[in-house]
Amino acid sequence: MSGLPGLYAQQFKTSLAMMLQYRASLVIWLISHVLDPLVYLVVWTTASRSSGGSVGGYGPAEFAAYFIVLMLVNHVTYTWVMFEYEYRVRRGSLSFALLRPVHPIHSDLADNISSKIITTPLILAAAVILALIFHPVFAVQAWAAVAFVPALLLAFAVRFLLEWTLALAAFWTTRVSAINQVYFIAALFLSGQMAPLSLLPAPLRLAASVLPFRWTTSFPVEILLGRVGWSETLTGLGVQAGWIVLCFFLLRLVWRAGVRVYSAVGA
Amino acid sequence: MRYLHLLWTYFRVGVLGELAYRVNFFVQLFESLLELGTAIAGLAVVFTYTATLGGWTPDQILALVGVFFLMGGAIRLVIQPSLEQLIESVRDGTLDFSLVKPVDAQILSSIQRVEIWKLTDVGLGIAVLVVALARLGAHVGALHAAGFAAALIAGGIIVYSFWMILATSAFWLVRVENILMVFQSMYEAGRWPTSIYPGWLRFALTFIVPVAFAVTVPAQALAGRLTWQVLAGAWVFAAALFSAARLFWKAGLRRYQGASA
Repeated sequence: MSGLPGLYAQQFKTSLAMMLQYRASLVIWLISHVLDPLVYLVVWTTASRSSGGSVGGYGPAEFAAYFIVLMLVNHVTYTWVMFEYEYRVRRGSLSFALLRPVHPIHSDLADNISSKIITTPLILAAAVILALIFHPVFAVQAWAAVAFVPALLLAFAVRFLLEWTLALAAFWTTRVSAINQVYFIAALFLSGQMAPLSLLPAPLRLAASVLPFRWTTSFPVEILLGRVGWSETLTGLGVQAGWIVLCFFLLRLVWRAGVRVYSAVGA
Repeated sequence: MRYLHLLWTYFRVGVLGELAYRVNFFVQLFESLLELGTAIAGLAVVFTYTATLGGWTPDQILALVGVFFLMGGAIRLVIQPSLEQLIESVRDGTLDFSLVKPVDAQILSSIQRVEIWKLTDVGLGIAVLVVALARLGAHVGALHAAGFAAALIAGGIIVYSFWMILATSAFWLVRVENILMVFQSMYEAGRWPTSIYPGWLRFALTFIVPVAFAVTVPAQALAGRLTWQVLAGAWVFAAALFSAARLFWKAGLRRYQGASA
């Protein structure tokens, strides 16, 4: 095998070997990915019980459904490249990636997909356990289940391109942790991680839709749970496609400018 | 007294080391303020829909957030950096240098590095606590304040002993950093009163990762809902965990073979 398919196949083997080597990291990963939605699920369930059984159209069972689906969607769309780029630029390991004949984004994409294939059974098991504890109520319509799939894949594409582009800030500054934190906090509120977007104040809700955040995570969850109608679903898929095109061109632009200013430390 | 002097010396070393990088202070302050803003904004969203959360009023939870920042800041200020260095020095054998010094090696290892900019978290935590206390106002009497101080000290001892036990396991295990990361991600759950969690999670957050004693119990004192049984329990647990950490440390030292081995 050669070319890109070969690269992806090889990356899969490498990721698998790495993951089986560092099993403890898998446990840490699992805890941090389950704990966040679990905490907010408990907080909102408690809040809805304290105020008469439901807030903003969500009762305990609906919150359970929301946060369990959110956890699964988040699993599909999340990336860790923003944590890694600073290290790559600072330590100069990016130099090796630049020597290769393919764009470095391919190895990140392959690494992301293969890691997720390996960790999916774990997160599914966690979802089943959470479902047994919190008794979610799902009423999924057939069309929503169908529309969920493209929305999920597009959400992954938007988030991957966006975060890969933002990660390139490491070319210009070594203080990316502050930039990352701003982004993660915005994402916490605006992509539906801490609460369903419909519970946020109107300005934040607007910001979530105007900015890419809603389209990276919340939107597929809303579709599957029947919180958006089919016409809004179609519009949303269009918006996602628009963000992908925009981020794609932005990524090319920033990448070219970034590689020009890159001078590996210690090289 | 001697050890306080030692801590002060390490603190000064930390200050001298960091004064060359003063921008770091503003970056740290910015990040701490962001984190605090996030916590408060999260509370604001939740409390637009409910008047109390599991029996806690907004001001009481604000006090809890203050304790969370204060305790987390104190850990990141000295306990975490020192014990991370301990783990490193067990691995590469430089613990020898601590062992030959004429002070208790456990104390030395617990205070040997101070990350001074984390004082921002401690300061912000205190500021939030003051604001929360002012808003709680008349409900906090001298007795509550004494209970708070007692619970806070017990919580500090528990968290320190817990970290010490984890770090000491480096004498047997190689990759302890992973376990520390589990603690850090679970500590985040302490931002909310542990009483709202389901029983199994509350148990885990009390005894497996003792964030309930570190944050919820002191905040309970300010909210006027701390019983003397819980406070006594916290002190018993603190004493037991502290002794366990000490014994474990001694066992670890017996196993340690030094750099040349």
